[in-house]
Amino acid sequence: MSVAFRGGSIVTKDGVVSADLLVDGGKIAEIGSGLSADEVIDISGLVVFPGFVDLHAHLREPGREDTETIETGSRAGAKGGYTAVIAMPNTDPAQDNVPTIEFVRLQGQRAGLLEVIPSGCITVGRQGKALAPMAELAKAGVHLFTDDGSGVQDPLLMRRAMEYSKQLNVVLGQHCEVSALTQGAVMHECGCSSDLGVPGWPSLAEELMVHRDIELARLTGARIHFLHLSTAGSVDLVRQAKRDGLPVTAEVTPHHLSLTAEVLRGFDATFKVNPPLRTISDIDALKAGVLDGTIDAIATDHAPHSRRDKELPLDQAPPGMLGLETALGVTCAALDLDPLAIANVMSVAPARIAGIADRQGNLPRVGVAANLCFVDLNASWMVNPQTLASKSTNTPFVGRQLRGKVVHTMFNGNLVVRDGEALK
Amino acid sequence: MKHIRSISEIGKSGVLAIIDRAKQMAEINSRPIPKVPALRGKTVVSLFLEDSTRTRLSFETAAKRLSAETMNFSVSNSSVNKGESLRDTIETISDMGVDAFVVRHKSSGIPWQIEQWTDASIINAGDGAHQHPTQALVDCFTIAESLGTISFEGLTISIVGDIRHSRVARSNVEAFAMLGAKVILVAPNTLLPPDIDHWPVTVSTEIDDVIRETDILYMLRLQSERMDQGLIPNLSEYGNRFGLTEKRVAILPSASRIMHPGPMNRGVEMQVDPSLLSQSLIHRQVANGVSVRMAVLFTALTFNDDRENAIERLAKETAQ
Repeated sequence: MSVAFRGGSIVTKDGVVSADLLVDGGKIAEIGSGLSADEVIDISGLVVFPGFVDLHAHLREPGREDTETIETGSRAGAKGGYTAVIAMPNTDPAQDNVPTIEFVRLQGQRAGLLEVIPSGCITVGRQGKALAPMAELAKAGVHLFTDDGSGVQDPLLMRRAMEYSKQLNVVLGQHCEVSALTQGAVMHECGCSSDLGVPGWPSLAEELMVHRDIELARLTGARIHFLHLSTAGSVDLVRQAKRDGLPVTAEVTPHHLSLTAEVLRGFDATFKVNPPLRTISDIDALKAGVLDGTIDAIATDHAPHSRRDKELPLDQAPPGMLGLETALGVTCAALDLDPLAIANVMSVAPARIAGIADRQGNLPRVGVAANLCFVDLNASWMVNPQTLASKSTNTPFVGRQLRGKVVHTMFNGNLVVRDGEALK
Repeated sequence: MKHIRSISEIGKSGVLAIIDRAKQMAEINSRPIPKVPALRGKTVVSLFLEDSTRTRLSFETAAKRLSAETMNFSVSNSSVNKGESLRDTIETISDMGVDAFVVRHKSSGIPWQIEQWTDASIINAGDGAHQHPTQALVDCFTIAESLGTISFEGLTISIVGDIRHSRVARSNVEAFAMLGAKVILVAPNTLLPPDIDHWPVTVSTEIDDVIRETDILYMLRLQSERMDQGLIPNLSEYGNRFGLTEKRVAILPSASRIMHPGPMNRGVEMQVDPSLLSQSLIHRQVANGVSVRMAVLFTALTFNDDRENAIERLAKETAQ
């Protein structure tokens, strides 16, 4: 069945142009005007983007299906405009073996709302002791390897991982945190953590590992992707590494672009996240990093947690916050990006980093897979935790004005979200 | 005010009002039968999820002297050990119909987190390294009693020791500064919280640099685990640099006073026997604990009532 989208505009490499778009056989069949098809959908006022690609989501299956499943996480992603999501490997069991990788991918296919792409562990069980079977996992389709949730602490093991991964043509994603400097940390180390009497997570703990891994990339020539950067110092290090021509990429989350440590003053663990929310000057530096291309991608670090866990005392509650359904709205409210720049950081660059540019992250043109989202860039809205598709409700954005809303999402030529509602 | 959780929430007028009320309570405590019916019919729950002896006893005594019913809840015999969440505990106890929770917990912020689960008043008896407002009120009352005035203008108070992990220090810094004192923190950098330029204090890393200008020398307890965490080399070096030695007592100005919130580590921060020091206010701190906590309970528990009547009744009872 063919579908024509009429009356909207399309993000192209030359900017936004008014055009109709015809989807047939899972691909974009035609771009033009006055197109007709089996079904015609009026998209006046909407902009057609390539479906967003999230480099960083915790879908919690297998292991914590009480907080999210691959199906509910996929639905949350589809509502947020995503057509591909990289599933982080800190599941239980961890994604350090082929059966678990295949299970995650298959559950994604069963849900059928977007493409779920499993990442693999760098080390066995994310324990930082021995390398995971990276070649076997790569053969099973893994492209991004990470121990996310922890950084690889041992510099020798990290060096080996980079040497080994280079031959496999995969990318390592580092969660940058020197854990010896963050023991018991609850929030960013600052005047606020001192007022609240909680141990702080200093910026240095991130920057030391960013620096180490940049130098290891220089030494080994391996590709490294920095997950969820949060400090001004990290942005400076990556900017210089890129100037030096090193194969490094980086992502930032919408929450690190919009919230500061001060929100923890009410002791609400909804705002506890790792790395922690930092300062206005960090936010400014991260924004500048997105604008000048130092930071390649916006990634959600979507991390569902049960209400019960988030009601623990602040020092015991697990870190993490929801992100898939609010990423666009938070990013556009925080940062003045033109549509092409939004497409780049939300879709094109993450697809390239994830190694899926053959089918995701392509600006709409005839012949590419119809992975698309249709966005009202001027919509101003507020999140209601009760109507989220996610199984959890730990969004930190309640009461905040968001800008830009996903209206429809199309995955492989099928509409999966229409008028903001998931169709399955 | 309904809750007594931090000095900044109480505010200067609240601090002054509680200290003023505590004087009335002290008068009650001086009677042969120190008991009045002011809080008859009220139920106070002691929810001590971290070990404490003196604060818990002090609150319980205070509640009983005001004729409140008391319930005791401690970790060892509680369902918290059976995996019940704090929310379930608070909601269950609230369902029994209680008027106030007196809460002690090892985690910062608990008195704010539990507010959403109960309509009862919340009195913070110490949350993590965050606040211990009733200790600060006791200390202000004790200093005021010693000075004969509640204005601390011109007074220099040096707080010595593990500021980083001390809820007493955080509450006292706010309270002392609020009442006009100059506050000096004395500690090695490792025991100071990071980034405290916005605190109303000056910082010194040598006790001997400040002792001659100190009117109140406030010693904090040093826990031996700080050594294992690499925050100090060893207890003896700490004691020599920051402990109260006989030599330091000798150079302390004669009108100066010495305080400690207890429990003391003798031989570490207290290298002299405080019972032999005429300058010590330590016993007054303990004795005043009951009066001040009576004032705190009265203030929080008459919040919803006809407050004027309650105060008038208390005044009559006091005058008897």
